[in-house]
Amino acid sequence: MNDPIAPPRSFPEAAHDALADDQLRRNLAHVTSTIRVKRAAAVAELPDWEALREAGRAIKTETMRHLDRHLVALERSVTAAGGVVHWARNAEEANRIVGGLIESHRTTEVVKAKSLTTEEIGLNEALAQRGIRAWETDLAQLIIQLSDDTPSHILVPAIHRNRAQIRDLFRAELPGAPADLPDDPSALAEAARLYLRELFLRARVGISGANFAVAETGTIAVVESEGNARMCTTLPEVLITVMGIEKVIPSWRDLEVYLQLLPRSSTAERMNPYTSLWTGVDPADGPREFHLVLLDHGRTTALADEVGRQALHCIRCSACLNVCPVYERTGGHAYGSTYPGPIGAIITPLLTDLHEGATLPYASSLCGACYEVCPVKIDIPRVLVHLRGRVVREGAHREPGEQAAMGALARLFEHPRAFAAAQRIGALLTAPLRRRGRRITRLPGPLRGWTQGRDLPPPQPSFRDWWRRER
Amino acid sequence: MSDARTEILARIRGALGDVRDEAPRRIPRDYGRGGGLDQEALAGLLTDRVRDYAAEAERMSELDVGVAVRAGCLRLGIGRLLVAPGVPGAWWPAAAWEDETGAAAEEDERDVAIEEDGGAAEAEEDDGRPAAELDAVDGVLTGCALAIAETGTLVLDGRPPCGRRALTLVPDRHICVVRVEQIVERVPEAIAALAPRVAAGRVPVTFISGSSATSDIELERVEGVHGPRRLLVLIAG
Repeated sequence: MNDPIAPPRSFPEAAHDALADDQLRRNLAHVTSTIRVKRAAAVAELPDWEALREAGRAIKTETMRHLDRHLVALERSVTAAGGVVHWARNAEEANRIVGGLIESHRTTEVVKAKSLTTEEIGLNEALAQRGIRAWETDLAQLIIQLSDDTPSHILVPAIHRNRAQIRDLFRAELPGAPADLPDDPSALAEAARLYLRELFLRARVGISGANFAVAETGTIAVVESEGNARMCTTLPEVLITVMGIEKVIPSWRDLEVYLQLLPRSSTAERMNPYTSLWTGVDPADGPREFHLVLLDHGRTTALADEVGRQALHCIRCSACLNVCPVYERTGGHAYGSTYPGPIGAIITPLLTDLHEGATLPYASSLCGACYEVCPVKIDIPRVLVHLRGRVVREGAHREPGEQAAMGALARLFEHPRAFAAAQRIGALLTAPLRRRGRRITRLPGPLRGWTQGRDLPPPQPSFRDWWRRER
Repeated sequence: MSDARTEILARIRGALGDVRDEAPRRIPRDYGRGGGLDQEALAGLLTDRVRDYAAEAERMSELDVGVAVRAGCLRLGIGRLLVAPGVPGAWWPAAAWEDETGAAAEEDERDVAIEEDGGAAEAEEDDGRPAAELDAVDGVLTGCALAIAETGTLVLDGRPPCGRRALTLVPDRHICVVRVEQIVERVPEAIAALAPRVAAGRVPVTFISGSSATSDIELERVEGVHGPRRLLVLIAG
């Protein structure tokens, strides 16, 4: 099985292919520009937006500083409310716990609410190996699952597919879909509704992620639009929630901040259609058994990076994707990880101690738009630069030609005479090009990368030459 | 090998070697809390914001709720209505010609038949039937724990008169009555009001803002996927 947070290729290679896909670029341009405008309006409506962002940042910072205490408190509250808490060091351990729980209830079918965390640990594939079918119930996730694809956006995972493609997919793969299913979105949603309803009413185990977990009360929060998460967390007898350890927040009151920041940043709504907040097991309502799996899987590795640590503050709103000029053109698949876009470019390498995604910190122009929209003020550009430094220092990714050139340049800069000599040699070598006065569109050999995406202006006389002539 | 819990907690402490000061830092909470609007303004704001979600909202006197519920059932095509426990008798669907107090309905062992153009709408109280049977019900009538005007949000807490969670999820139409004094302006007020209920009673809380929706296909909004596709909010008082 492929590791869902291990990009199979370098970002430049993957981006190259993505950029050649016209349909993808049209879809992306439409989606990102539409959400950008709507988000700006939703945010402008709140005069205290900046104060909310600052509170959102401060709560997360404080949580991380004492993450151990908050997790122990969460464990205590959830247990007191009738839930069972499990701890998982890595993906394999989490998948084993979830698989074991499902098997102990003698069922081979579970319904799942959308969860990036279970995506990250490859839960569905791990369950399939045990003969358990996990049904994705979010419309976009269902589309992704039926087409054996991977998500390309945090909020709208199937945005790289158009309605005709989805209609064909449903006709072929969705049990019970009529052969003459039309391609308008409401008919497609209705087909999914009919099929999934049967599953919801039948399934005995539901699986969800968590947007927030309140240490003080043991309350889990899941925000959504469709109602499938409500179905998964309410109807089955057994509910299993898998959450990264960074999703804990200290107090109930902290929800007043995030339940304002998240919907406006994410879907650009004043409030998302449904938010579910449950505390352990309620004897009169909902599942009779509740399990909470606390997952590390690289989070403590990210926590150890003092600058990068703030990436763990992310509330998965996807605002940074929609404003990123790189994401807007390449889409999510080029990032090769469950976590795409600017936040993915820092989270993927941080979770894996730079073993994966070492080219991702370079997938940015450092324009800073991601930082401006981030509801919890993660300084993504700063972390990107910091990680670039780590990549070079720790040798996580090497461009041999580049490193040799930079080394040579550093030595030249230290010796003025050698620098002047090098400039004269350079001027001699480029003299024919200068006389032609044309832009250079293709450089030879190892320099080729420079001209792949841009032209080089015709060589100009050096400043030193100009100064000697003009003063 | 140590157990996962011990090891994760040890990893966290190891990762936080740079954190010296033990005392928690103060969280700046300089954002607004709401509370500046009177009840009339709140009712108006809630009405507008619910309508923004393409749901229906009506303002009325508490005495007219039963009649409005009945009209809502007819308009939304609700033949079989399930009512959450704790919903006052006066809110049960009532014909316009019944007395304004709706007292008759309350005493009528909560089983009211409505005659209209030959069609009948039946109302009965939720008896905790299995979810699969809820699927056969056309609509539900509930109250709420409170409502947030600014975001057009209904807050249910799983207790009378909100009903259990499945009740407002499986059937396709939901009529929710909000009393004007239950409306708060902003999210922080709602969170504060819910705090004791969650801490002491561990009530399951559901925020509902408009009807269920998806924009997963080409970002085109489709109303109604799994939750109720039609939501009618009656603001009474």
